[in-house]
Amino acid sequence: MARIDLEHIRHAYGAKPKSENDYALKEVHHEWNDGGAYALLGPSGCGKTTLLNIISGLINPSEGRILFDGKDVTHLSTQDRNIAQVFQFPVIYDTMTVYDNLAFPLRNRHVPETEVDRRVKEIIEMTGLGGWAGKKAQGLTADQKQKISLGRGLVRSDVSAILFDEPLTVIDPEMKWVLRSQIKRLHKQFGFTMVYVTHDQTEALTFADKVVVMYDGQIVQIGTPAELFERPRHTFVGYFIGSPGMNVLPAKIDGSTATVGGESIALNFRPEIKSGAKTELGIRPEFVAIGREGMPVTITKVEDIGRHKIVRARFADQPISIILDEDGEIPAEPRIAFDQKAINIYADSWRVGGEA
Amino acid sequence: MEKTWNNKAWFMVLPVLVLVAFSAVIPLMTVVNYSVQDTFGNNEFFWAGTDWYVDVLTSDRFWDALTRNLVFSAIILAIEIPLGIIIALNMPKKGLGVPVCLVLMALPLLIPWNVVGTIWQVFGRVDIGLLGHTLEAIGINYNYVQNPIDAWVTLIVMDVWHWTSLVVLLCYAGLVSIPDAYYQAAKIDGASRWSVFRYIQLPKMKRVLLIAFLLRFMDSFMIYTEPFVVTGGGPGNSTTFLSIDLVKMAIGQFDLGPAAALSIIYFLIILLLSWIFYTVMTTSDAQS
Repeated sequence: MARIDLEHIRHAYGAKPKSENDYALKEVHHEWNDGGAYALLGPSGCGKTTLLNIISGLINPSEGRILFDGKDVTHLSTQDRNIAQVFQFPVIYDTMTVYDNLAFPLRNRHVPETEVDRRVKEIIEMTGLGGWAGKKAQGLTADQKQKISLGRGLVRSDVSAILFDEPLTVIDPEMKWVLRSQIKRLHKQFGFTMVYVTHDQTEALTFADKVVVMYDGQIVQIGTPAELFERPRHTFVGYFIGSPGMNVLPAKIDGSTATVGGESIALNFRPEIKSGAKTELGIRPEFVAIGREGMPVTITKVEDIGRHKIVRARFADQPISIILDEDGEIPAEPRIAFDQKAINIYADSWRVGGEA
Repeated sequence: MEKTWNNKAWFMVLPVLVLVAFSAVIPLMTVVNYSVQDTFGNNEFFWAGTDWYVDVLTSDRFWDALTRNLVFSAIILAIEIPLGIIIALNMPKKGLGVPVCLVLMALPLLIPWNVVGTIWQVFGRVDIGLLGHTLEAIGINYNYVQNPIDAWVTLIVMDVWHWTSLVVLLCYAGLVSIPDAYYQAAKIDGASRWSVFRYIQLPKMKRVLLIAFLLRFMDSFMIYTEPFVVTGGGPGNSTTFLSIDLVKMAIGQFDLGPAAALSIIYFLIILLLSWIFYTVMTTSDAQS
């Protein structure tokens, strides 16, 4: 188990990066706590797998240092870093039995056979592969194979960290829940540092203590699920997280008043904005109230998704989503109001603070 | 489930049946016909029963040639399969090297058999050949026309030069189909280079290796053109393989009966051995 420090890491796949845009991974400087569960969340191509492979040592970063428990491992090979990684698609050794697959990482490290046997039996027990130990791994189903991949990661008791690269992509939805809770339980039980890459927000939010949101090669926010929900630091976080995502409306800011279209909205703080910045107002659909009071909207569509209704509307010529209770009513001339506490103001896509 | 029977469907396979009949079945039957009859010309044939088969199977000539065939196939398989794997493992996986290597590998395969024979025939000559002359100059006594061992070495080197590429290309196709994640996982599991080969690369190459093995066995067992061009079956009978013997018998001596019997036996041997190899290799695959 280890604390992982990433010091000014940057990576470019090309040989000589000239501009900032040549970097697949822009500067990352962050500390991952020992025993923490982190989720790396972002759309495809945002650099999350690159970051993961840099931690595991499959890629050497173009710039920067990585420290495990204060020890520089930047130039150590994957083997010497002592980490485990589970890949998107199950990787199994076809010709070996399930037992031998699980024993493989230990035998390669010359662990005594009695210890191997004890560890492997423990993992077989844990992953519920009991009846399969002596079978060839070839004929198993995708989720059993992924359990083996997972088991190979867990079998070494001394790993610094376990990295997961979208491990549940190929698994059936039902089985996903089972495996996810199994991983979570194992994490609680053993307390390894865990980094989990995914593009599925539900997975990230249910899984991790801290969610790291990546966008276009950089980390845009690291926070607890609640922080990401309430105070997205970047408009991307706003609409990537949440279903539907945050409403981001172009707004003019003047003192503690925001103007969207022709409507003035009072803020409970005074944002500090540099002149010339593109300013926007962000409000989550959950915090928009629909009723007879407030600003006029035109309803375009109502989607009933069971637990609640999603109202799609146009407000000041902008599309806006509103979440309404399942039994909520929409009046004939609907008007909306924003919950003042839930309003975030963005300048050039980044959230700005201010004095209250 | 009810199956639909439509007898018209048989007409669809008729063209193929006719083609196969003309190209394979009818010639084969002609050979069978010759193999059980004797003739003294004038298109008069006499029933000979299994006489020719007995003759062939009891002659030293047949067994000697068969032994040479088996030894030759065994040697070239023992060289070409491992060599092909080693070259394939060391081929570049991406970049400019890939097309360059692939073209270089494919070159020998594009050369017709008799041209390959001619190239090596000239190449190995002591008076004008680069190889023969060089060996002579550095004091190695090499003469494939007079020395049986030199003749064998020449044929084997030539076959390896000509056909290892085929094994390489097949293995390479198997290797590039392995996803990167396998190699990454192996690194993380701390696998040695040998383990990566043994547990990842070899299992993935198994199918193509089976094909490579069968193709190379059948081809080398039927070898004719190259020894015919280079050594003509000599010196003595030292490179007279079954195919060369067969042609001598049929066209040189015009012994159609024994030659036909030998053809049938030759054909059955290849069929039998190929079937045995295929069965052994596929069942071992199914078990794992």
